[in-house]
Amino acid sequence: MKFSNTLRSVLIAVPLMTLMACTSGPSEEEIAAERNRIAAEQAAAQKAAEEANAQRVKAEAAARLQRAEEIVKQEREALQAEQTVYFDFDRSTIRAEFYATLDKHAAFLVKNSGQSVVIQGHTDSRGTPEYNIALGERRAQAVETYLLNAGVSASQISVVSFGEEKPAVTGASEYAFAQNRRAVVVY
Amino acid sequence: MNRFWLSFLCLVMVVFSSPSHAQLNIIITEGVDNATPIAVVPFKFDGEGFFPGEITDVVVADLRRSGKFNPVSMAQMPQFPNTDSEVDYDTWVDKGINTIVVGSVTEVGNQRYRIDYELIDTLRGSQATLDAQSLRDGQLVQSRTHVIAARSLTVSGSEFRQFAHRIADVIYEKLTGQKGAFLTRIAYVVVKDRETDPRPYQLVVSDYDGENAFRLLSSDEPLMSPSWSPDGEKLAYVSFENGRSQIFIQDIYTTQRVQLTDFPGINGAPRFSPDGKKLAMVLSKDGNPEIYVMEIASRKLTRVTRHRAIDTEPAWSPDGQSLIFSSERGGKPQIYRVNLSNKRVKRLTFEGEMNLGGTISPDGRELVLVNRTQGNYHIARQNLQDGALQVLTTTYLDESPSLAPNGSMIIYSALHEGQQILSLVSLDGRFKARLPAIEGQIKAPSWSPFLM
Repeated sequence: MKFSNTLRSVLIAVPLMTLMACTSGPSEEEIAAERNRIAAEQAAAQKAAEEANAQRVKAEAAARLQRAEEIVKQEREALQAEQTVYFDFDRSTIRAEFYATLDKHAAFLVKNSGQSVVIQGHTDSRGTPEYNIALGERRAQAVETYLLNAGVSASQISVVSFGEEKPAVTGASEYAFAQNRRAVVVY
Repeated sequence: MNRFWLSFLCLVMVVFSSPSHAQLNIIITEGVDNATPIAVVPFKFDGEGFFPGEITDVVVADLRRSGKFNPVSMAQMPQFPNTDSEVDYDTWVDKGINTIVVGSVTEVGNQRYRIDYELIDTLRGSQATLDAQSLRDGQLVQSRTHVIAARSLTVSGSEFRQFAHRIADVIYEKLTGQKGAFLTRIAYVVVKDRETDPRPYQLVVSDYDGENAFRLLSSDEPLMSPSWSPDGEKLAYVSFENGRSQIFIQDIYTTQRVQLTDFPGINGAPRFSPDGKKLAMVLSKDGNPEIYVMEIASRKLTRVTRHRAIDTEPAWSPDGQSLIFSSERGGKPQIYRVNLSNKRVKRLTFEGEMNLGGTISPDGRELVLVNRTQGNYHIARQNLQDGALQVLTTTYLDESPSLAPNGSMIIYSALHEGQQILSLVSLDGRFKARLPAIEGQIKAPSWSPFLM
């Protein structure tokens, strides 16, 4: 008897519950939540996609920048291979053969306005050390003026004269003298 | 703050600098023949053990290097007296040696010695002996007029070279009337091999004869233009240690130093005024090199020259009232004088293609300079009264002349067999010597004032 009672309860309760479930259905809130969930999922996916895209763009940009920097570096290295201008004895006028070299430096410096250079002036060992410091400065200034005239900003250039104190080639041969009468564009 | 740390780091570099043994030799190349013979008889040593050095060797070397004396060798000495009473004047006169130095060293304590010496005119001594003999029956008063100088001094063994130089100074002054400059020093720059030496640029101070060399500073960048303060205690110089030229003043005893200038462009050619209160210098902060005078205590700067040509190499007149300097205002570099009170400029040199690197002799009468004629750079002197120019040297690429404080000798830098070395030439051009170094290029010599 006890069993039939229980069974009866179940038999009544189950359809009742089912009926109850059927009659109420999903609530407005539940639907909204479901909608939100889907939207959030979609948004997350979209965001992930966007992020991935941004990453890709950034990576590409970085790669481009790296390539650009690589190019700048290569350009700079190429310029460093021809950074010296030679002068005649006791003169500080730039010989025409060095215009092309200096034009390349100027173009590079105009394009890369953040890049600064030091122009070192040097002389051969003839004459007095103090006079040679003055002459070395005049040579470095001749190069500075050339670069300024080619559009390089004054803030990118500084000048230092070493006179006869730092010879490129030691000794007193004409060859050594010629090698030492120079201005060097140092990056 | 930055500058403070910079100074501190520099100080560290100075403190860790060690004594240098880059000594110089002096090789006399010209001018002994016409020098006056003198005999410096080896001093007798009276004491236990040995005296730590040979006084007479130093005195002999000093006198020979003055170019005015020709000390005779021991083989030429007829006797070896140690006091005037032992001297047989005639034997010296017979050999044509009219001046002799005799003396002795007596140990008076631990590392303490008394040096007695006499400078004797043997010709007069010979004459005095005759005079004394002629007074045979009168009371025999020994005349001492033939003893030109008699001195006694107590010294410590470690300082014997300084005292030997002082003895040479006394002998030189008594015989020439001009103060001796043997107790002096020189400062110079050594440049070692840049490939092998991380600090190839070195500022060295030594006795005038290259002994007791002491490295004041080492640097990986150039050092230039050392110049002595008139008290002989400080050097002003230019250092590129911070990548550009800056002027420093350093005490050679404490090794402490201060950075005096850091202007844009050239900071060069510092020269102490005769009173030691000011520093003449070259600055190009306004576009091109100009002469300035800085008051050291206040750092107050006065511009002296104003010209678009190069003005450089200031040097003071002995009275401190004017500066001479090199200028390209007339085309090639020539030497000019500027009166500091009215700034009036006068050209001093006209001979040769160029004249530069000038310095005025202590008596104010001579201008010593670097002259270029037919492409050759030589040391020359020009009389400031009559303007006559005399080329003194025959060496190659001469530069940086500096005068001994008595004006008798010029030290300068020249190229000898591919090596930059120091050389000496007397102001009359008769005496010449070179000072080869053991290693490195030697340049920018500066002779100290008289030292105590």
